[in-house]
Amino acid sequence: MSAGAVLDIRGLGVDFLTPRGRVHALRDVSLQVPRGSVVGVVGESGSGKSTLILAALRLLPANALILGGEVVLDGEDVLRMSPAALRDLRGRKATMVFQDPSTSLNPVLTIGRQMIDIQYRDRVPTARKRDRAATMLRKVGIPDPATRLDNYPHEFSGGMRQRIAIAMALLCNPDLLIADEPTTALDVTMEAQIIHLLRQLKSEFHGSILFVSHNLGLIAELCDRVVILYAGAVAEEGSVHDLFHRPRHPYTQALLECDPARLAKVSRELPTIPGDVPDLLAAPVGCAFAPRCPKVFERCRREAPRLVADGDGHGAACHLVPAIASSRVGPRPSTGSGRGPPVEPVET
Amino acid sequence: MSPLLEIRDLRIRFRVAGPIRARLKGIDDPFLDAVLGVSFALKPGSTFGLVGESGSGKSTLARAIVGLVPVHSGAILFEGEEAKGGDSDFATRRRHIAMMFQDPVGSLSPRLTVRALITEPFLIHGKDGRDLDAEARRLLDMVGLPANFAGRYPHELSGGQARRIGVARALALAPKLIIADEPTAGLDVSVQGEILNLLVRLQRELGLAYLIITHNLAVIRHVSDELAIMYMGRFVEQGATRDIFENPAHPYTHGLLAAQPLPDPDRRRANVELQGEVPSLARRPKGCEFHTRCPRAIARCRVEIPLPSRLDAGRLVRCHAPLVAPIASTD
Repeated sequence: MSAGAVLDIRGLGVDFLTPRGRVHALRDVSLQVPRGSVVGVVGESGSGKSTLILAALRLLPANALILGGEVVLDGEDVLRMSPAALRDLRGRKATMVFQDPSTSLNPVLTIGRQMIDIQYRDRVPTARKRDRAATMLRKVGIPDPATRLDNYPHEFSGGMRQRIAIAMALLCNPDLLIADEPTTALDVTMEAQIIHLLRQLKSEFHGSILFVSHNLGLIAELCDRVVILYAGAVAEEGSVHDLFHRPRHPYTQALLECDPARLAKVSRELPTIPGDVPDLLAAPVGCAFAPRCPKVFERCRREAPRLVADGDGHGAACHLVPAIASSRVGPRPSTGSGRGPPVEPVET
Repeated sequence: MSPLLEIRDLRIRFRVAGPIRARLKGIDDPFLDAVLGVSFALKPGSTFGLVGESGSGKSTLARAIVGLVPVHSGAILFEGEEAKGGDSDFATRRRHIAMMFQDPVGSLSPRLTVRALITEPFLIHGKDGRDLDAEARRLLDMVGLPANFAGRYPHELSGGQARRIGVARALALAPKLIIADEPTAGLDVSVQGEILNLLVRLQRELGLAYLIITHNLAVIRHVSDELAIMYMGRFVEQGATRDIFENPAHPYTHGLLAAQPLPDPDRRRANVELQGEVPSLARRPKGCEFHTRCPRAIARCRVEIPLPSRLDAGRLVRCHAPLVAPIASTD
């Protein structure tokens, strides 16, 4: 495994069993989160970004079937862990900040109680734990933390609740913080403050962040590397500069063009990506983006492109991208094939 | 051109405590002002954007226009006429003003088919011998959906498709004005453009006027002619969209624009301009409501409520120390 990665997902495939049939939600997805960096995952609805982060902590619903691949967190494969080991991992090595802060906190317990409870592994007096909680609240910018610990979640505004959720996530000093669209429920001025806070905390807690969003502005603002998901597969990945300034995949290019914040000139006619995201009930033949791609040619409909990365780790799964280097992104084990070894379907 | 919709010094208040509780708890004024001193005019065929954070009163204002919220004082004139109280009075107004509510899927009844949803306005306002199947086909065609969508239920629609159904429903009675509350919230960027292009095309074809309520500045910049920025129920700045974006006059407008993340990793912001959050309406700050967060606040801001002052090209700003020098103070 690559020594520098906190999270190393390789060749992950996930299907959902639904009454309509099997939905191929993730197909051969690989992603690395290097230590100390912020990796952004961008994708439209249905691209598999939620499935990906749930799989990272093995929180997938019961109808999910893991087809193969591995999710290595701090050197251990999450997909093959015992329930006890999993419990030890969640909330300590890796924590998650969810989209909606009003549903991720327990409404009938004070936030102090919740922040003390989350430290259940530490054998220190409760007073110490409370102090720690107060310190952490101060760090995330909650005024008068010692008193506010006795308040219930409904006594805080949405932005404050999200700050509390972040404080709770960082309380156990995790190696990896997963943030799933942490600002969608917030106003822009609060969003700017939360992003600023995440940037500050990142330099302070030395951890890594996996940041999931569909807001390209936030990704540009916060992330070091970016992974673009389309229809359950990685379309492109690279440094944030490469992706925003030298996008290679036609989907990335179209997505960037669509963002109204990027249009310098005022225009009544906004660019769009014609067509729909493919229905993943049938695994796409050829390139998943082919039906919507302006540059499509015959080979795209026949053969799925493989992700080819250059020395900087910038790669796109597109037949038009010249094969600069034949290696895939990230160092791979010498014995490794394109997919990880098959695993038994995991019950979650 | 006479305005299609005119709002004059509108005030909307909500009671927060009953008379007895107010007396017992010593609350002098058991009301809070959701909308305060708002005036604007909307010309036929044009688009007016209403921007503000949650709790700024923008949705309340929209609801008052169609009579869903009672007005405390001031006037709402539609085609020069005021609707006074009664529901029958509003019924005629609601024929001409259609509303698209927030949440594309949530605003559609899950138990009705698309056909029933988009022809429901005819059942309320009179069929006049219309063939509802033909109407459903016509409306679906207008919003760019195939006719076979008529039999579907809302859960079978994607967010973008559900939004199109919302547009079709709003179009049913051939209104003059459509009020769209967050028309693009929750949609992916690629779909967002489709919906806005649809609204723009319909405006061109049908001469519709729009009142678009949003917190998405990147979007409103492209679609609206005029814009108002709301803060705690007041219009802090209003004027031509282009002027406001090029040269914001109110510190709040400036802060909002600065808070918008730029999709460019080379232009990251070093610091956050607007700290804190909107104060509670129940504890409205004295003087200028924005002074608690304003980087330019002076002593006068804490005591005196600023009146709207006029800038270039009919722009109004409520600020004692605007970023653009005013021409004259209006009353």
